[in-house]
Amino acid sequence: MNQRAYASDEQPMIEVSGLKKSFGSTAVLKGIALTVPRGGVIALIGPSGSGKSTLLRCLNLLTIPDAGVIRVNTQTMDFTGSSRLPADRILAAFRANTGMVFQSFNLFPHMSALKNVMEGPVTVRKMETAKAEALAIELLTKVGLKDKASAFPGSLSGGQKQRVAIARALAMQPRVMLFDEATSALDPELVGEVLAVVRQLAADGMTMMLVTHEMAFARDVADRVIFMRDGVVVEEGAARQVIDAPRQEATRSFLSHFHAGRGEGAAGATGLRR
Amino acid sequence: MNYHWDFGFLWQYHRLIWIGLAYTIGFTILTALSGVTVGGCIAMARLANAKFISIPLVGLVEIFRCTPVLVQLVWCYYALPILTGIELSPAAAAFITLTLYGGSFYAEIIRGGIVSIDAGQWDAGRALGMRRIDLMRRIILPQALKRMVPPLVNQTILQLKNTSLLSVLAVPDLLYQGQLITSASYRPLETYTMIAGLYFVVLFPVTQLAHGLERRLSRQSQ
Repeated sequence: MNQRAYASDEQPMIEVSGLKKSFGSTAVLKGIALTVPRGGVIALIGPSGSGKSTLLRCLNLLTIPDAGVIRVNTQTMDFTGSSRLPADRILAAFRANTGMVFQSFNLFPHMSALKNVMEGPVTVRKMETAKAEALAIELLTKVGLKDKASAFPGSLSGGQKQRVAIARALAMQPRVMLFDEATSALDPELVGEVLAVVRQLAADGMTMMLVTHEMAFARDVADRVIFMRDGVVVEEGAARQVIDAPRQEATRSFLSHFHAGRGEGAAGATGLRR
Repeated sequence: MNYHWDFGFLWQYHRLIWIGLAYTIGFTILTALSGVTVGGCIAMARLANAKFISIPLVGLVEIFRCTPVLVQLVWCYYALPILTGIELSPAAAAFITLTLYGGSFYAEIIRGGIVSIDAGQWDAGRALGMRRIDLMRRIILPQALKRMVPPLVNQTILQLKNTSLLSVLAVPDLLYQGQLITSASYRPLETYTMIAGLYFVVLFPVTQLAHGLERRLSRQSQ
């Protein structure tokens, strides 16, 4: 264990190279390479259809890449020269160490908020129920929803659902959190409460990748921004540099849609998206 | 118009009627259980996305869904023994046919219920690192079952009515006993009225139960 922890301290948390994915004849990812340092927060931006969500889903193998190598912490998956789908057990073990938050929340509607958060630890980690419950309460408290522990998803607001979903992902004690447009389905006035939780995670030193349209938030919270278009990384750099002074014409053109939101609070940027 | 209705004579046949009712209900319960089991297996095999399993299964399901169950019964009793060399009793032939016939419909209901669950639920379970079997057991099936219950009950009601076809193989179900009583008493009107009444008395509570269940389930998912 010590050795593993020692070895992993030297390495970036996420390393991706030569990542390719096609759906039918459409190439969605055309050879992506990136690294995310430990505790790094990366925002993935780009127009719809640029492949950013697919890239994120490849990182926890919800989408299986056609080619490339993905390493997250100590686990490596190599897809070069093999067309065989990895076994269910291997996929599950890999996914258990990354948390993912979805645009449409995807809470389990037949379980209370508490049970949603306990599900991963109990079913996957085989944690004792009492222990899992304590962990779930702790995490619901962290996202400000302790009093909603017994509520079912159907009775929660969008922002509350998304915070439960974050707590559910955190319950697996992941090394990496992936956010796939986590605020895109929310009413503007609910975006802030979710972003506050993400901001807190960043402050706690969680390694994160966020696909987002919240440019002000990306600029503020992310260390680095990656701009993608047509399945390739067009520009990557420090968040403020990419958003305030993009080097590539494509980035400039994309960001011009968000122009007025720059530098304002998250809610301001959301308002301008409409 | 001057027909004189008289149900009193039926009492002397009450033993026959009880036996018929027992066969009808017994066959329904047995073939519903075996049918749901077979249907569940077919549904799971088809969902596993292995072509060499799912293509023959689709073929089987469609054969049973697209031919009349009466034809299947007769075929299974008379033609199957010639093809396989295995002699089947009428009850065994009936059991196999109704199992596969019911199973074909149950399979589609179960598969439909499972695929109707939002893909995001699969994503969420996978993202937590759940194995396929845990995901199915803990996340997908509990939600899918709610949607499956009403059509499963409906299919089971049809299954009970289909047992009346067993009479052609001389399995002593309710209808067959009615035919016996008719040929002994020459009073088909009273006999078949009573038989219809008995089917109704058995099935009406079931449909009411299904209604209640449906209401309760839809309230739960709010």
